[in-house]
Amino acid sequence: MKFKGLVAAALGAGLLMSGSIAAHAETLVISNWDGYMPADMAEKFKAATGIDLEISVHATNEEIMGKVTASGGEGYDVLFVSSPFAEALNKLGLIQNIDHAKVPNLANLYPEANQLQHDPGNVFSVPYTWGTTGLCYRSDVMKAEPSSWNDLLKPADDLKGKITMLSTDRWLMAAGFLANGMSVNTTDQGSLDKVRDELIAAKRDLLAYDDTTFYSKLVSGEATMVHAWDGWCNYGIAEKPEIKYVIPKEGSDLWVDSIVITRASKNPDAAHKFIDFVLNADNGKWVVENIMYKSPNKAGMDAIDPSMLTSYPNMAMTPAELLKYEQLRDLGDGMKAFSKTVSEIMAAK
Amino acid sequence: MAPGLLWLGVLMVVPCLLILVLMFYERGIYGGIDWNVVTTENIRRAFDPLYLTIFFDSAQIAGLATIFALLIGYPAAYAISKAPAERQTALLFLAILPFWTNYLIRTYAWIVLLNPAGLINNLLVGLGLISAPLPILYNEFAVILGLVYNYTPFVILAIYSALQKLDPAYAEASRDLGASAMTTFWRVTLPLTASGVAAGAVFVFVLSIGNFVTPDLLGGGKFQMVGNLIYDQFLSARDWPFGATLSALLIAIMMILLFVQALTASRARGDQHA
Repeated sequence: MKFKGLVAAALGAGLLMSGSIAAHAETLVISNWDGYMPADMAEKFKAATGIDLEISVHATNEEIMGKVTASGGEGYDVLFVSSPFAEALNKLGLIQNIDHAKVPNLANLYPEANQLQHDPGNVFSVPYTWGTTGLCYRSDVMKAEPSSWNDLLKPADDLKGKITMLSTDRWLMAAGFLANGMSVNTTDQGSLDKVRDELIAAKRDLLAYDDTTFYSKLVSGEATMVHAWDGWCNYGIAEKPEIKYVIPKEGSDLWVDSIVITRASKNPDAAHKFIDFVLNADNGKWVVENIMYKSPNKAGMDAIDPSMLTSYPNMAMTPAELLKYEQLRDLGDGMKAFSKTVSEIMAAK
Repeated sequence: MAPGLLWLGVLMVVPCLLILVLMFYERGIYGGIDWNVVTTENIRRAFDPLYLTIFFDSAQIAGLATIFALLIGYPAAYAISKAPAERQTALLFLAILPFWTNYLIRTYAWIVLLNPAGLINNLLVGLGLISAPLPILYNEFAVILGLVYNYTPFVILAIYSALQKLDPAYAEASRDLGASAMTTFWRVTLPLTASGVAAGAVFVFVLSIGNFVTPDLLGGGKFQMVGNLIYDQFLSARDWPFGATLSALLIAIMMILLFVQALTASRARGDQHA
């Protein structure tokens, strides 16, 4: 009796284990920013393909980059990262090429989405969202529309203490580079030093550095003009139509968030199916209507309520307009001098 | 004994050794360590005036936070210890009640209170007491306020426990011998609770100097404390060796302080036994 019980228990444990192994093989692990895809994505994908999704979240590119470099990508199948990080992961050999034959919905993308500077032909990454970085401001408070990055870096007296800037390293520096007509991927020491000094001077006129709540500072009136990603400016516009977005005359960067498949993925076929699913028109539409970012997904953009294009004028930018701007690229070895410079700016008084 | 040693070994000795080793290598391009280059450059860089200033400024802010926390915490602890015994637990409970809410949420609540369009400024402007909003957010004042608010309960607990252990007979003897209440406090009660004060002070100082959330949110990210500097090296600059060097410096400062505090505590015990 006792013996039988033991055998039954062992068998039961064995069954459970094999069950969990089988489930594991059919489970895809995705890491994405919180709220960056529909909350019911796992259910919808399971219903469509029978494959389970395990969704983990990362708060920043650096966080997922740290996890993936530490584990060699083990434990993750699909990652959502910004394009310079996709580029770096590719250089490190941690992601695999996208098999276009397995992702028919790539046809939903604009032709321009196949010509991105960091990955022409979408060899190792698939663009998910894209947009620009510029100035978001209260048109009812400002005397004149801002037109230059210098309006942010050398503000008029009435704007002093009413401005916020992004502190995420690449965009902080990009504001200084663009104001000087330099490339957003500048790494030579002389230019870094010049921009560093200008950004330190600009720091004294800031209300704060803010990467996450700047639009609500505009809504509340704490700030009059903020350095912003276009999609986030839309959150402000949604609450207060007097808020407007402008790309300064010196230009912007083109930022692209993309999807990649890890080389360590045990189930690349399912990973491709997932990317294909994300690229369908419904999900593309969800991205634009809920995250309020522009999407490289033409089928998704065509499906949105056209009134969004008038309420949020930056949504109406064409892919050709976006592609005029330079993308942030992986700086490789130049990152050392670059991040040292950023540390100096953040540390300066 | 053994589980305690294991705890110390795994959670303290090993991480500290890791930090000490990382200091002497160069960063990898994408974070991590380049094990091929042994260098003392990180240490030289940590002593650059730019970063040393951050250490001094952080110590100053943490020091001010400590002083204010003691000024508020000591009277509070004293009052609680003099309250009727059956009420003391409830009062202590109230002192630590804020800890039931997440640190971030409490910090955001201060933003709601302090911002130029916030409750305090709106109230003061509305009452006609000031004409323009006071700049009380995104500066050192707000950071110190946030630190004092968050860490004063620790001071209250530390000093209360010292006051609890204090035999009332000492104060009674002092009063019987003709000392005023004031003199008794300054010359008997305060010296005998110095270990509690030191424990509370070290607590506030150490937690404050390493804090990075409060300077980031209430300071608006405009000025950094050591904690922010270290956080950024690991999570944004991806320069682990330099982050490790700064951490080692901070740990050294904290160890000196804890050593001084331990010394004060053992002296205080010695005095009582003598």
